[in-house]
Amino acid sequence: MDRWGRITAQQRSMPGDDVPVVLVTQGAHGPVIHALSDAARRRDILPGARVVDVQAIHPDLHVEQADPQGDIALLDRVALWARRWCPWTVRDGMDGIVMDVTGAAHLFGGEARMLRDIATRFAMQGLQARLAVAPTRGAAQMLARYSAGVICGPEDVALAIAPLPVAALRIKEDTVRLLQRLGLKTLGALMEVPRVALMRRFDRMAAEVNPMVLLDRALGRMGDPLNAPEDLPRWLARLRLPEPVIDPAPHLDALAGDLCGQLAQAEQGARRLRLTIYRVDGEWRSRDVALAASSREAAHLVRLMRGKLEGIDPGFGFDLLTLEALRVEPLALHQDHLDGRRDASADVAALLDRLSAKLGPDKISWSTWVESHVPERIEGRVAALGGGATEAPEVLRERPLRLLEPPEEVAVLYAVPEGPPARFRWRRVAYLTVRHEGPERIAPEWWRDRPGTRLRDYYKVEVGDGRRFWLFREGILGDGRGGDPRWFVQGIFA
Amino acid sequence: MSPDSPVAQVISLSSKRLVQDVPAPNAGGAVLRDVLSGGPFDGAVTGFVLSCLPDSDAPVLWVSDRMSRRENGRLYGPSLRRFGFKGHVLRVEVSHPRDVLWAMEEGAGCAGVSAVVGEIHGAPEVLSFTATKRLALRAEAAQVPLWLIRSGDHGALSAARERWRLSSLPSERHPYNVQAPGAPLWEAELFRARGRSPGTWEARYDATARGAKDRLRLLSRAGDGPLGQDHGTTAEHAGG
Repeated sequence: MDRWGRITAQQRSMPGDDVPVVLVTQGAHGPVIHALSDAARRRDILPGARVVDVQAIHPDLHVEQADPQGDIALLDRVALWARRWCPWTVRDGMDGIVMDVTGAAHLFGGEARMLRDIATRFAMQGLQARLAVAPTRGAAQMLARYSAGVICGPEDVALAIAPLPVAALRIKEDTVRLLQRLGLKTLGALMEVPRVALMRRFDRMAAEVNPMVLLDRALGRMGDPLNAPEDLPRWLARLRLPEPVIDPAPHLDALAGDLCGQLAQAEQGARRLRLTIYRVDGEWRSRDVALAASSREAAHLVRLMRGKLEGIDPGFGFDLLTLEALRVEPLALHQDHLDGRRDASADVAALLDRLSAKLGPDKISWSTWVESHVPERIEGRVAALGGGATEAPEVLRERPLRLLEPPEEVAVLYAVPEGPPARFRWRRVAYLTVRHEGPERIAPEWWRDRPGTRLRDYYKVEVGDGRRFWLFREGILGDGRGGDPRWFVQGIFA
Repeated sequence: MSPDSPVAQVISLSSKRLVQDVPAPNAGGAVLRDVLSGGPFDGAVTGFVLSCLPDSDAPVLWVSDRMSRRENGRLYGPSLRRFGFKGHVLRVEVSHPRDVLWAMEEGAGCAGVSAVVGEIHGAPEVLSFTATKRLALRAEAAQVPLWLIRSGDHGALSAARERWRLSSLPSERHPYNVQAPGAPLWEAELFRARGRSPGTWEARYDATARGAKDRLRLLSRAGDGPLGQDHGTTAEHAGG
């Protein structure tokens, strides 16, 4: 829900605070509510309810599609970020993060202060967090979901989880129902029943859904280790200087050599680099470079970086430089041609890097193609770093070699209003039409254009000295979409 | 020109000398060539350069400055195939001519591109003789053909190995429609060249030359042919 809030806040399309917003997923019988906003919670809408039912009660309900995959990806990233507090963290199910804070809490001044710190920092990210500390992982997840903010020590675990409902164990629906039918509504009640009787009933269940096993884990009678994923490797080369210097350029070779050595060990290539200088006055400055294809060629990286160094402010000098590969991609060793020729595509990628680093990535582009009849829509541009070249479509009619963007209006003299131009005046020069071809009518695309867009009649026109232009008349007389038709030059033929 | 193409046969029947004088535009190898535009807003230059680009799968680096895009429009992708160009165009659209020259120099150093085309409008100061000399040397060192399209420039100093001036001629007859313009025809003037004689030709794109090294046909103009050794005096007399 918070992630959705952040996305819509970026798009500035957030509905008002009093509008109930729900995120839905597809259930067995139509969409069901997956998450809800504060306003929806105040109106007693429950997660898991069907959207059609809720809409009948609250007609002003604002419904959005949930994105569970995106949520999981975000949680994974947040779990790694949470390693600022403790070394072992892992995503827990769809909606939680487990952190093993053993021996880490005192660094933040005790468990209570650490919880406050965690809550503040999550709030700074725009995320709400429900937190709890418990000696076991099972107890902590139950407390966080059912009575947030609790800190319980090893001796009062049983006391703390006793009032929680049995569903807190995260067992299956029918097991919950079975236990409730037996009168065991809270965990306290479950703990009081003699074990032997329950063991006989539940001994065939798998450990992950077995209430007895889960309860034992929560109470610490059974081990429940945390299987935390490893930290992502960091590709970083560091260079400490004996005394502050002003110019980073001479040190780039050593840094790039070090980094490329690390990358070569792991068969990775860098796609994005950051050079950071740490100044003696405590400030730092950094420069980023993106690459078209992954590379670990030190000379190439140095050349790219060198172009970016202009304008980096060294202050009174700096004594520490780091060069970090922010994004890496697997790059296997590869062999050039046996006859000594170089691989042409690698050369082009290196050229793209150099051009993009100096001129800016938006200036270098390949063409992309859109199926359309409107001439200026057919060809689009995609930044060369991001995309590749695609085959041009076959255009059956003859098209000009150069296209004016936008088309330029011309004054035209014609014999008949629906006919070709006899003379026209463009950029203060008058032209006399000698030969013409057309019209070729291109209708507006109603699925893209605004209503009221006029059709175009294209003429290929040759003037006295042989130059050939592409003119069009926008609209026809009396089509009810504006006044007299206007004429434009859009292209120049070879 | 392949000797069995109909045009070549016609010429060789009428005069052998004409055939010998017709140069292949790519004969000079990978050098820097200037192409000037005879008049404003003339598409002939672009058509000529496209017809001369090598037949290769490697991309062509096409660099243009803001003024040339505003004056003559952008290169329009869907019509490139009509000039036998099958590769991809890597566009670099910068605002200042200085960046055009820099990008062309970078492109000339890259063996992965088949050719580099630069467009500069007018005669800006950065496009000096020294700058063109740099490009010319770079092209010859890297063996990448370089084309510099200079529109709105009337022949400033340049170190290009070949300098062409292109202007449109009234097009050929349309096969089906008398009213309509037909296949394009250009007047190509080679007014400065190293290692070959200058001259003026009628140029057109030859759609039948598939897979040939160049797809351009140059014909001596009927009225004033190139001055041959035995023919020079006559032409002078004729000129009065």
